[in-house]
Amino acid sequence: MNLEVFLLLAAALFSVGLYGALSQQSIVMLMMGLELMINALLVAGAAFWFYVSPGTPDGQVLVLVAVTVMALEMAMGFAVITALFRTRDVDMTDEAGHLKG
Amino acid sequence: METVAFWVLAVAAVGFGVAVFVVDSMARATFALLASFLCVGVELLLLDLDYLGVLVILMMIMEMLIMAVFMIMYMMNPGGLMPMTMVHNNRGALAISIGVFTALAAGIFLTPWPPRRGTVPADPTFSVGQAIMGPKMLVMMVIGIAILATMIASVVLATDRGRYDRPSHREDGAK
Repeated sequence: MNLEVFLLLAAALFSVGLYGALSQQSIVMLMMGLELMINALLVAGAAFWFYVSPGTPDGQVLVLVAVTVMALEMAMGFAVITALFRTRDVDMTDEAGHLKG
Repeated sequence: METVAFWVLAVAAVGFGVAVFVVDSMARATFALLASFLCVGVELLLLDLDYLGVLVILMMIMEMLIMAVFMIMYMMNPGGLMPMTMVHNNRGALAISIGVFTALAAGIFLTPWPPRRGTVPADPTFSVGQAIMGPKMLVMMVIGIAILATMIASVVLATDRGRYDRPSHREDGAK
């Protein structure tokens, strides 16, 4: 195992998440894509800590921030979906295009 | 042994990640995402990150169980009974994500990564604990305020009536 293979795993997870975020029609499924992309960030942050600078705990703190961001993103995402669904009965990305320029 | 574990978990993590967008039911998709997170949590354990690995595993189990409830609320295809498609612009999304993966992989193998500085401490958990209670305390404080702001904002957004709405059953009929 080395840094490259861990980053390759992170890149694969990120790309799968990106595909989901771009292609899913349901807003909750889109958020699952975003979660997968942050998941990739966890792997990359941990691998950088272990293989580049294990002496300082900066990489670990970054992973801690990414884990928190993941939970907050889910909470805010569901709150926005609930608000959208209450006012407009919308749970699909295609119908929520009112801010489209 | 560790190398074998890494590859098995890596393939499983990506495989479950793909399954999220392939399975018919959104409840199944949630549990596929949970499986992918668990694989990543064990990958962190392989990197000597005992605390963060266990944190990811425990936190994601709780998060995905809550997510499953919301998924069932907003499910487009209850129970996966009817085969249906839930995607738009599939070909474009596929092309973009394959392109991004190729670019990232090229970057990973072409970049001259710096040599390793320092050694893994005997107890990485101890070092991260000292960091967030010492020089990195600002990070923890910002995280704490962000969590508080998220709690308030999500309740305000998700509540039935906003801050300035009046209850509709008042005597003077004001709404």
